[in-house]
Amino acid sequence: MRETASKAVTLVTLRINGRAVTVPVGTSVAAALAMTDSFVSRADLSGRPRGPLCGMGVCFECRATIDGVPEVLMCLTPCREDQEVVTDA
Amino acid sequence: MREACDLVVVGAGPGGLAAACRAAEAGLDVLVLDAQPEPGGQVWRGEARKGTNRLARRWLSRFSASGARFRPGARVVAAPEPGVLLVEEGSSSFAVRYGRAVLATGARERFLPFPGWTLPGVLGVSGLQVLVKDGLPMRGKRVVLAGTGPLLLAAAATIHAHGGEVLYIAEQASAASHWSFALQLWRHPAKLLQGALMSATLISVPTSTDAWVIAAEGEDRVESVRLSVRGREEQLQCDYLGAAYGLVPNLEVARLLGCETSAGAVVVNERLETRVPKVHAVGELLGIGGVDQALVTGELAGLVAAEQPIPIEMERTWHRVRAFAARLALHDAPRAELRRLATPDTLLCRCEDVPMSALEGCQNLREARLYARLGMGACQGRTCGTAAQTLFGWSGEDVRPPCLPARIGSLRLPSEVSSTHTRES
Amino acid sequence: MSAFDCVIVGGGIVGAALADVLSADGVSVALVEARSIGAGTTACGMGHLVAMDDNAAELALTSWSVSLWRELADGLPRTVEYDACGTLWLAADDEEMAAVSAKVANYRAAGVRVEVLDSAALYEAEPALAPGLVGALRVVDDAVLYPPLAARTFALRAQARGARLMTGCPVRELRPGSVVLSNGDVLTARHIVLAAGVASPSLCPGLPISPRKGHLLITRRGAPVVHHQLVELGYLKSAHGTDGASVAFNAQPRVTGQLLLGSSRQPGDATREVDAALLERMLKRAAMFLPGLDGLQALRVWTGLRPATPDGLPLLGPHPEKPWLWLACGHEGLGITTATGSARLVADQLLGRTSAIDARPYSPARFLTASSRETAHA
Ligand SMILES: Cc1cc2nc3c(=O)[nH]c(=O)nc-3n(C[C@H](O)[C@H](O)[C@H](O)COP(=O)(O)OP(=O)(O)OC[C@H]3O[C@@H](n4cnc5c(N)ncnc54)[C@H](O)[C@@H]3O)c2cc1C
Ligand SMILES: Cc1cc2nc3c(=O)[nH]c(=O)nc-3n(C[C@H](O)[C@H](O)[C@H](O)COP(=O)(O)OP(=O)(O)OC[C@H]3O[C@@H](n4cnc5c(N)ncnc54)[C@H](O)[C@@H]3O)c2cc1C
Ligand code: FES
Repeated sequence: MRETASKAVTLVTLRINGRAVTVPVGTSVAAALAMTDSFVSRADLSGRPRGPLCGMGVCFECRATIDGVPEVLMCLTPCREDQEVVTDA
Repeated sequence: MREACDLVVVGAGPGGLAAACRAAEAGLDVLVLDAQPEPGGQVWRGEARKGTNRLARRWLSRFSASGARFRPGARVVAAPEPGVLLVEEGSSSFAVRYGRAVLATGARERFLPFPGWTLPGVLGVSGLQVLVKDGLPMRGKRVVLAGTGPLLLAAAATIHAHGGEVLYIAEQASAASHWSFALQLWRHPAKLLQGALMSATLISVPTSTDAWVIAAEGEDRVESVRLSVRGREEQLQCDYLGAAYGLVPNLEVARLLGCETSAGAVVVNERLETRVPKVHAVGELLGIGGVDQALVTGELAGLVAAEQPIPIEMERTWHRVRAFAARLALHDAPRAELRRLATPDTLLCRCEDVPMSALEGCQNLREARLYARLGMGACQGRTCGTAAQTLFGWSGEDVRPPCLPARIGSLRLPSEVSSTHTRES
Repeated sequence: MSAFDCVIVGGGIVGAALADVLSADGVSVALVEARSIGAGTTACGMGHLVAMDDNAAELALTSWSVSLWRELADGLPRTVEYDACGTLWLAADDEEMAAVSAKVANYRAAGVRVEVLDSAALYEAEPALAPGLVGALRVVDDAVLYPPLAARTFALRAQARGARLMTGCPVRELRPGSVVLSNGDVLTARHIVLAAGVASPSLCPGLPISPRKGHLLITRRGAPVVHHQLVELGYLKSAHGTDGASVAFNAQPRVTGQLLLGSSRQPGDATREVDAALLERMLKRAAMFLPGLDGLQALRVWTGLRPATPDGLPLLGPHPEKPWLWLACGHEGLGITTATGSARLVADQLLGRTSAIDARPYSPARFLTASSRETAHA
């Protein structure tokens, strides 16, 4: 009940690699990444794509520059209005 | 910046919350730190917003009424001297001076390498569950889960509830050990109930014991998986694969503080004191035991920290949950076949891109680190070190600061801490 | 019981380099290491291959050693990360800049290529440095590498020529003509070389070697680039005091895109723990030279124990009172650099050859004969 109600009411729009994504409040940036075309968070040392693995701040696969702060973990960061996310991908 | 408190609690999962409640209710000034944006730890992730789980709701509201202070997004990165922690929070940092500490840093999943495990869309079992709770869209998505123990069912239930289609659940344990474990659950009514609720919603999902993932395939993300199911090979097209083999405690902060560990868990006495004076450990740090263990050990440590009497019933509960934990550990132990899935060019260390073949001639974790850069990257060996332990029986190395990568500025001592040397502005 | 021409005790960079040189000369060698090759002080060092001119003997050994490394470089695997980036000695004021001209003369006399940079040239070379520096001395052929893999490369090369590599084998006792392992096994040898770094006195009591602890910090990949190994000239003042802890700015670019930061010195400290107050001093000093430092991501901090001698020079040669025992230890903060030269000097003496440089300044006899002990005590 509460879950659907809050989802219907509150949405935020952020930008991931320049692209606008609108998500319910409480969505993590890592989850929002999947709403862009790819679920790629970074490239490995030879350029192959990587995505989030652990979801809980352990694997560091989901690091990105968020609002100018580098090396932030997307899985521990809630989406906010007007947030600017730039991945290493 | 500097904070002071009677009791600092590291980790706001059930263990940390229970400790904080008991200590704050008894009048201590309690500060709770957690890297996540909300209290609840792993198992109650998102409950602070949604409040769908009754037990979580009860503890979270008790916590907000307790008087304990909570700092979200606060990562403990160093322990420069006894009684002081350095904490990074967003783009700033601060020091905490504490009288006592309760470590409640919980557990992470055990990942084992297999071909394709680095493809986007391959996650942990609970890792995928967490992302789904955090809003990963599941409607119309096909998911395969491979792993072990009750967390497989918990993840499947969450994915199912969010509209995802769970195509298959592969349980690595053998049928015999799985059913003997399941039959033990009646001794633990809370677990039994949880189990029953889960299986009711998941009745239609094909599930097999003696089953595991052999490989994930795809171009830029996972497109299909190959499974070994009771000796047969099966291929399934899917959008996500959750694959991990049970949990291991997050020992880094405890080891940084110098706490003794044994068999992968922090050594404590019956008052939940570690070998380091005034430092307690609770929850998964004592060995994987789930919510019940986290709550009862948290309460015990909170009472001890506040010098309150311990109800005898609480001690009994603790001993009961230990028995469950021991059986869980047996059930979840990864089978030998899982250690042979990686090929020479499968990466073991995902941060430094170290393939299995690079470990040739290495006898231990230190050699693998020094000669092949295993564990030298951003996650500091949290993922590959645990895997190497399972694959080769290598034991972990000393933890050096910072226990999480941190800005150099976060390792600088505020002037109040280092009285002899002042900080540059 | 196994018999060798030479048993080397200690598989750090010094012992491994010696095994490489001796095995190339056809000597039958056993390299006996308590734990893993290159996992002792060698794994903690910075890997700066640096010509140092504090005194003539140091300059002779370091400059020769750097040139030996350069000759070896093409044969080293890429993973050894040899990078001839050169050193910039940074002058913070006119007094330090004045010291540069004396250094130029020293280096040139030893055949070391150097260049003086004025302030403008310095900032062109290293724009990341804090403003206010007056210039620098560039030592062109200095280099950096990754020490544990350099040591392992030497050891594996020796093994490929037939040397016996024994890791996980602590030595319990040295005897005339034999070495006793902790498991009771005995290796016999015509020559025994002690290259156990800071642990050497435990196998040969009375050696004048004491630990001098140092701290280092490494950043994550992607740190803003510096292009040379950067060292402050103030290092000369701070690094060589005999008591009290000191720090100096020392920054090294790794080919991985990481930055390695040093360094500290704590004479007589044999503990392994990170000393937070000293680390703070070290970082504060470094931040004075690299203004953006506090924003870089630290991956790990660690410590290591330099095997220090009273005069800062290693012990290379026969033990004056134990003719069956050779010493190759006491390399303090320069053992990565001087491993190549040290290995040649010891091998040459062992095989009765003359060396490219005079071996006498490094002779253990300067401390270990009855008369030298009296002078040392006086
Ligand atoms: C994703 C997931 C789902 C799970 N689901 C269930 C379930 O359904 N049922 C069940 O019985 N068990 C479940 N478990 C097991 C779970 O570990 C325990 O039930 C319980 O959460 C343990 O409580 P805890 O307080 O010990 O640790 P956790 O709940 O794991 O809390 C630890 C907290 O410490 C924080 N932390 C760690 N290191 C630092 C640091 N350096 N600085 C700051 N904060 C830090 C973490 O961010 C985390 O919030 C699950 C585990 C995981 C990982
Ligand atoms: C912080 C720091 C920075 C440094 N930076 C530089 C630098 O930039 N450039 C430079 O040139 N030098 C540097 N150094 C110095 C350099 O690291 C050392 O001088 C060098 O590593 C010494 O090498 P070693 O082989 O003598 O000793 P070690 O590497 O310590 O090797 C000795 C070996 O002997 C083994 N051993 C001990 N006891 C026994 C036993 N009983 N039986 C068998 N084996 C035994 C040990 O396990 C060890 O592997 C630095 C040192 C430190 C601490
Ligand atoms: S997904 Fe592993 S740290 Fe974010």
